[in-house]
Amino acid sequence: MRSSTGIKRIITGLIPGGLLAVLSMGVMSEPATVGVVTPGSKAASSEACVAPTEEMRRNHMDYLKHDRIEVVYKGIRDTEFGLSSCVECHAAKDDKGGYLPINGKGQFCDSCHEYVAVSLPCFQCHRKTPAEQGASGDSAMTGSNPHRLGLLQSGGGQLTLSADELRRLHVMTLEK
Amino acid sequence: MGKHDDQLDMKRREFIGKTVLAAGAATVAPGILLTVARAANETRGVTSAVRWGMLIDTNKCADDCTACVDACNKENGIDLVQRPEGASDADWNAQRPQWIRKVKLRDMATQVVTTLPMMCQHCEYPPCVDVCPTGASFKRADGIVMVDRHICIGCRYCMMACPYKARSFIHQNVENQLVAVPRGKGCVESCNFCVQRIDAGNTTTACQEACDKAGHKAILFGDLKDPESEITRAFKTHNSRQIRAELKLNTGVRYIDV
Repeated sequence: MRSSTGIKRIITGLIPGGLLAVLSMGVMSEPATVGVVTPGSKAASSEACVAPTEEMRRNHMDYLKHDRIEVVYKGIRDTEFGLSSCVECHAAKDDKGGYLPINGKGQFCDSCHEYVAVSLPCFQCHRKTPAEQGASGDSAMTGSNPHRLGLLQSGGGQLTLSADELRRLHVMTLEK
Repeated sequence: MGKHDDQLDMKRREFIGKTVLAAGAATVAPGILLTVARAANETRGVTSAVRWGMLIDTNKCADDCTACVDACNKENGIDLVQRPEGASDADWNAQRPQWIRKVKLRDMATQVVTTLPMMCQHCEYPPCVDVCPTGASFKRADGIVMVDRHICIGCRYCMMACPYKARSFIHQNVENQLVAVPRGKGCVESCNFCVQRIDAGNTTTACQEACDKAGHKAILFGDLKDPESEITRAFKTHNSRQIRAELKLNTGVRYIDV
């Protein structure tokens, strides 16, 4: 009994260890997407995320929180970062071509969040798959300019805080 | 009902708010970054130079028409909330989310029947905001009262406080939400004047659009602070009133002939 749990421990220790190795390899190589980005997703074919991968890994939660305040309280919807854009790019498709929920077992959000044991409540309310074309409501949201929505599409949109400023803000907050 | 209490825009709180904000900006000082952020934001986003409101002409509201309710359900993905299996009519009708309800009034003396759409009245002094223990219920600078679902704990105190029964609680898990209108079990929600449309530069709500399309034109949405807007001009020429005006909430939604 005791020996079997010991073996289990070793095995369970090996799995995250291996995952960590994969993750750290990803950090070292540029542009660092190996083994992390979901194969078959839109993100797999793009050069980099909206910010360098290591920056996104460290700070995505702050970027999202900062911009959610812009959206909800100030009505600024062409923010640089947004959860819908994460979903848009990182969602994988199943065999039949339908999108898989991004927080599903082993999917992009879930894989890391489960590993670090950080709960992921975003998708209790937010949509887990990219929007279907012509869905009701969403069409009105983008209005006359469909490019207003979403971080990758923000184009020449003026940003309130640059990524660098936001990083400094983040460091300041951590030091407090 | 005292007409003199019935101001569209009471300036006092706004003035005090701005004074406090100005003093705050000076004393926060070490965060140079913070002041930079504020300055950059001032030209963007919602402003208190606008106050969104609505004028509803009950004479034009048809008894058997639910165009506004249907359009609202579609625009805001309310129709994605499915009736739970085995739920009785009474349960479902009591618990389903509704942002607009058609209300029928009968004057017992004259038997005159009036129908009207009832939704969040977007009060200047919203009781739901007063009672919210987490600050999730809030009023945007442009007068839209809404819920920040990120911090709503689902206590439903606001539902108790609202004199208009405008708020709904989501009792079940929801799938395939609209990107623009996130929704999940455990939060309270209500009409937000189709905020996703307004932010995208649209000037009508889904309900007004549907009402116009149905040929009734009972709903007029617009900026109450713009002296040139259609709604402001309509206010001047029609005798409108707030529902429960005695509460002095200064609602953004007003009705003609109620």
